[in-house]
Amino acid sequence: MARRHQLAWLLVAGVVVLWLAAHFWDDAQTTAVASRTVRAAAPLLLGALCAVICERSGVINIGIEGQMLFGAYAGFMAASYTGSLVLGIATAIVSAMTLGLFLAWSAVTLRMDQIIAGTVINIFALGLTTFYYVAGRTMPNFPRWTIPALADIPVIGRALFSHGPLTYVAFIAAVVVFVALFYTRWGLRTRAVGEHPSAADTVGIRVPRARYINVVIAASLAGLAGMIFGRWHPITALAGALLFGLFQGIQAQLQFRQALDIPPQFFGMIPYVVTIAVLAIAGLGARPPASVGKPYEKE
Amino acid sequence: VRKAGLPILAVVLGLAAGAILMVTVGTNPGDGYRALLEGAFGGGAELGRTLDKATPLIFTGLAVAFAFKAGLFNIGAQGQLLLGAAFGAWVGYAFGLPGWIHIPFSLVLGALTAALLGALVGVLKAVRGAHEVITTIMFNFVAANLTDWLVSRDGPWTDATGGAIARTPRVADSAVIPRMGDIPVGFFIAAGAAIIVWALLARTTLGFAIRTVGFNRDAATYAGISVVRITVLAMAASAFLAGLGGAVETLGVDGRFQPGFNVGLGFDGITIALLARTNALAVIPAAFLLGALDAGSSLMQARTEVEPEIISLIQAFILFFVAAPLVVRWLLRLRKAPHVEEPEHPKLSTGWGR
Repeated sequence: MARRHQLAWLLVAGVVVLWLAAHFWDDAQTTAVASRTVRAAAPLLLGALCAVICERSGVINIGIEGQMLFGAYAGFMAASYTGSLVLGIATAIVSAMTLGLFLAWSAVTLRMDQIIAGTVINIFALGLTTFYYVAGRTMPNFPRWTIPALADIPVIGRALFSHGPLTYVAFIAAVVVFVALFYTRWGLRTRAVGEHPSAADTVGIRVPRARYINVVIAASLAGLAGMIFGRWHPITALAGALLFGLFQGIQAQLQFRQALDIPPQFFGMIPYVVTIAVLAIAGLGARPPASVGKPYEKE
Repeated sequence: VRKAGLPILAVVLGLAAGAILMVTVGTNPGDGYRALLEGAFGGGAELGRTLDKATPLIFTGLAVAFAFKAGLFNIGAQGQLLLGAAFGAWVGYAFGLPGWIHIPFSLVLGALTAALLGALVGVLKAVRGAHEVITTIMFNFVAANLTDWLVSRDGPWTDATGGAIARTPRVADSAVIPRMGDIPVGFFIAAGAAIIVWALLARTTLGFAIRTVGFNRDAATYAGISVVRITVLAMAASAFLAGLGGAVETLGVDGRFQPGFNVGLGFDGITIALLARTNALAVIPAAFLLGALDAGSSLMQARTEVEPEIISLIQAFILFFVAAPLVVRWLLRLRKAPHVEEPEHPKLSTGWGR
């Protein structure tokens, strides 16, 4: 465990040094890449947090993509017809939560195979959003909030503190989920339900109810994309989302500048290859919640 | 045939849900389904199209079903199919060979490329404990990017005559899987594959070992079966089938590889495998059904303006109903459903662990 931490810190230090070097060489580029990284990481982060909450309470959610897509569609439509971003966001959250409720119902009440339930959500959302798609609509743009003092911090200020509101929400959510999961009653119960549901039941936690609530809450986070890169931990989810975001950021900037002659498809591949490599190297080092995927049946 | 009760109910309910969707967009479901039927079976050409659509679906259905038997969930049939389609196309256009060898060579090389990926997934699972659901999802993106690049304007396999379109050149005539009138021969290759897979699983020692691993890994180990070997083998075979499906579609229908031609087929395989209750022979009618829906959807769109995406919605409903027998029982108020016994395939999501 200690050795892995050392390795992680070395990696972080290496990235920081490289980053500073690049920054002093050409700061416009690094700021652009960092800004894109943060922006691209935000939806991934929300998706990953959704996965963390679901899985910590013992439910596998591979329907996140479908929940995001449905939320994006419904939110866009609502914002487009009403002209209100707030209504759009509310609609997106409620729609994704509806699919979350569906997942909870399938997984907890029907005891359906959870991976299949997630697949149903994905196929359904893709079909529904194209079936009812209305071409040619637009919605108002999100404002960019530049935070006065913080944005003036050298090196990282512009990159971190000049974004749309949802980007900030994503990063704040990561911290909130971290604190909630490890330092609150809710968090303890959630983890208990995911690790050892029958023990949780014995001490009076209503397992099905807890799973229902968590899957639905988590779905509200399913704003956009995400994967199980986060090792069931909010902070590693943050690292994972930033990594995926970084490659998207670099790729977008390279394409924009046509600077390097590397096919974009290879950049597109890197995060996925890295994920596989992490899984292969870490193996079971990242331990999943003990009861994830298993329907709870009272004895 | 008696076991077909639940899947048939699931299909009926799925089609009923489709009818409701048609009503929501102002179409009479009777008109919609009539156009769909006509588009799928109205004549020789229509039937040929249905078989064209069903062919790769049989393969991806077999791929998912085969993995299920070993207790593995192959969500990566899509990526494996892309590899098979792209590499099959490459052998098809880049080599000049006589037909009797060119076709099998292209098919097998395409499928082997996919099998290699499958074997890697199997090794990662069996040796390193990396869950196949995650790795196959990741490899789907890798395969999509790789094949995209191979045929892109800067890629090595690009079609110089294609203008702005990224695609491979047409495969040589000697590599084209022929048709008998309207009927594609590829369909019979797929049906043959289904029979072989069925026989392998039901009638051989290897098949027995695979099913044993699927039901209980500990018992399999205790019985002296190498779980590692079976996992790798089963994953490779599953990917081989998906890759073969891509290659057959390239050589029999599309005539070249072009990104975007084979979208979604891998995920359809999950529905088909479950609809067939992981029985290899039952995969044929299940794939035929989805193929017919797909083939008929364009005429339905032309006649009634119902978007063809209704097919994926119907499919999502079918998948849900077939995986949730409780709901079917409740919806139809059956005290004892016709055959809602425990699923025949092993329990799948038992966590992300080894």
